[in-house]
Amino acid sequence: MNDLSIFIVGSAGEGIQTVGDVVARTLLRSGINVFTTKEYESRIRGGNSSYRIRAAGPNAPRHDADVILALNPLSAAHYENAASSSCLALGDMSPGSEGIAIPFQALAKEQFGSPLYANSIAAGALGAIIGLSQGILEMVTRERFGKLSEEILALNTKAIALGYDKASALLDNSQAISLESSDRSHTFASVHEVIPLAAAASGCRFMAAYPMSPATGIMTAFAKDPELGVFVEQVEDEIAAINMSLAASAAGARAMTATSGGGFALMTEGVSLAGMTETPLVIVIAQRPGPATGLPTRTAQEDLNFAIYGGHGDFPRAVLAPSNPQSAVKTTIQAFDLAESYQMPVILLTDQFLADSHFSMPELDIPESPVPTGLADPSEIDIYQRYALTENGISPRLALGQSEHLVLVDSDEHTEEGHITEDLDFVRPAMVEKRLEKMRRLKRGIPLPDRYRTEDADTVLIGWGSSRAAVNEAVDLLRKNGASVGSLHFTTVWPLPHLSLDENTDYWMIEGNATGQFARLLQAELGIDIVGKIDRYDGMPIDAASIIAEFTGEASEVVS
Amino acid sequence: MIPIEAYRTEAENQWCPGCPNFGIQTALKRALGALDLAPHQVCLVSGIGQAAKTPHYIAANVFNGLHGRSIPAAIGIQMANPRLKTIVTSGDGCIYGEGGNHLLHAFRRNPDITVIVHDNQIYALTKGQGSPTTRRGEKTRMQFDGVAIDPSQMLATAIVHDCTFVARGYAGDLDGLSSILERAIAHRGMSLVDIIQPCITWGNHPIAWYKERAIPIPEDHDPTNRDLAIALALETTASFPIGVLYEKPSRETFGEAYRQKMGSRPLFELPPLDGNVIQSRLELMRIDATSKSPT
Repeated sequence: MNDLSIFIVGSAGEGIQTVGDVVARTLLRSGINVFTTKEYESRIRGGNSSYRIRAAGPNAPRHDADVILALNPLSAAHYENAASSSCLALGDMSPGSEGIAIPFQALAKEQFGSPLYANSIAAGALGAIIGLSQGILEMVTRERFGKLSEEILALNTKAIALGYDKASALLDNSQAISLESSDRSHTFASVHEVIPLAAAASGCRFMAAYPMSPATGIMTAFAKDPELGVFVEQVEDEIAAINMSLAASAAGARAMTATSGGGFALMTEGVSLAGMTETPLVIVIAQRPGPATGLPTRTAQEDLNFAIYGGHGDFPRAVLAPSNPQSAVKTTIQAFDLAESYQMPVILLTDQFLADSHFSMPELDIPESPVPTGLADPSEIDIYQRYALTENGISPRLALGQSEHLVLVDSDEHTEEGHITEDLDFVRPAMVEKRLEKMRRLKRGIPLPDRYRTEDADTVLIGWGSSRAAVNEAVDLLRKNGASVGSLHFTTVWPLPHLSLDENTDYWMIEGNATGQFARLLQAELGIDIVGKIDRYDGMPIDAASIIAEFTGEASEVVS
Repeated sequence: MIPIEAYRTEAENQWCPGCPNFGIQTALKRALGALDLAPHQVCLVSGIGQAAKTPHYIAANVFNGLHGRSIPAAIGIQMANPRLKTIVTSGDGCIYGEGGNHLLHAFRRNPDITVIVHDNQIYALTKGQGSPTTRRGEKTRMQFDGVAIDPSQMLATAIVHDCTFVARGYAGDLDGLSSILERAIAHRGMSLVDIIQPCITWGNHPIAWYKERAIPIPEDHDPTNRDLAIALALETTASFPIGVLYEKPSRETFGEAYRQKMGSRPLFELPPLDGNVIQSRLELMRIDATSKSPT
């Protein structure tokens, strides 16, 4: 069968991650495409959370489950509503529940004298239900827990076998699931795992940041892996984070920082400083729902306006929104390159969904040293002026202390040399024009959005950033039902390219906020009229099924 | 020894005529000259305020950033280019007020930077509001009935956090101040110098009032004695003890291990990352199909 959606549900700390990881890797070891995502509460223990595996389907979320594996009865009940029409429930459930009841914890205590083996029993049971090879399950468990003693590994193997046998015995043959295995290899990664690698490859050497979900994984990646050569410091607040990173960049270190919307709020004066001082800086904003603390562990596309406009005064910037690990590699390299070339802040706009989802890819490539230096050669300079007026608005950049040339970096409006000025007749207008000229040139190089099946489409769904796979899945499914739809996907969301669209096409906007932030931007910048909007703001990622439901039924809001 | 003329800049000076900032400026130039630090070997870092304009008036590399943020900026610069002598020079409102949190955490990090606070006990550029060091009861253009909260005690706080060079200078004492700044800049690890700087426009007291109270620390003071140093730092009512309050050899400085690993070079001089490092991480993300089940 194709496209199996599995939910592994339980409380925080109970082990859904462990069970999910073993099953996902077993699927991958069987050559089956896997997409996983997680949703969880902002707590350390308890509550309800799910690890979701989509096997042999697209790399996009599904909010309904064909199989639900429950690690406890309360979570089993909590996720009951997610069951698809043919859903099979399995696991630790309340008496009388429909499905295959196996009390993992009780069984582990009874058979192995410890509840610690419950997760291996659960993985074995799930493996049996979805037709995985018991041998590959055991092999993956050994790979994953190779550090444990042989004795414990042997007990885990027994626990897998026990779960596998129990579930097989209880499974009605009509319920059997079989996924076609293959000899394909996959790269399995999340967006926040590849951003640090692409940043290090791009020459990043410095990061100061403050922990904030869902951005924390990026700073942790550098701390865990010193061989990447990036000096990372956990600082007292996001204000220190951006000022420290920016100043390191002014002194010649390629630098980045990462945060979520609330932290970016503290950083905005620093964003403006990067604009004024013309200092390259890459800032990741991993979005979560706001306002204020909002929903710390959920997802959203609510910070588009903030990323584009956050920071006082007029200055150039770019905002890039990747949609999967491949595009994260590309946009990370592009972010460092644009920051160096235009001497400005560049924002990478991700979200919790991208941070916590793993995508299968045939391969993933990160080129070696893809970003050339933006620093000038001091020996070619006679008299140095950091903000020399040039035709393209870009001044030769020397780092602080790079040579005997003195470099003056100033947050005040400044002369070409970098001294404070109040010359309103010439210097101020010239400096404003200089900064805006960079924006004009930047805009000319912005790539067009990606088109998907638009050739004959009379309706085009527009999306940006993380919703890409869900929107394209919706296009495929709608086309199967005879609708003539296509999609347009924006990865560069600021500035927008010069683009003229067919006036005879209906444009719908799909985005993860309540106010149509990108729809308004398209209308304002490109004059594109959006006839229908599908806005998602419940904290869950955009999925194809809800796009189709709203598109074919009544749209949440139809623009008149 | 570099003559102070070497640090002259063409920038138009915006300080009030007769401002004690001129004394601080001269003392800093003298200290740099005495240490043979040529302009290109120095980076002066500041925030916003009249004191924060100092870097424009001394030839050096300059990072004149945001109000309150000079310390994280200086730490970033020092990490990126350890060859630079990185010196913060800004006011009490900037460093103790807007940037107070950064100062507290800088003590913990112990970066190899010098922090010079032009402590005039007033917000001058914004025309005379109370600052973190304005004394309780002093009237200002904002606190019309007198400041109703206590002044901060950042020097004592520095010593509590074991900042390994803590001094107080007086802007009117050129020789003494030059010598303190010279020692502070030469000190390995973080050094903090608070300079009593009478404000001749908004201040509550004439220069003579400060001069009377700027009393040198007794010569027999032992700067390694932390308790005595704290007591001296807290003494700001009858007099301002002027001199080095606390000094001891620095512990490991911020980022030292990383710097050593990278050969103590500016980060822009480092060769690109070996491509194999990234390739090996990508390989860890690769999961091959096992076409047949193992036994």
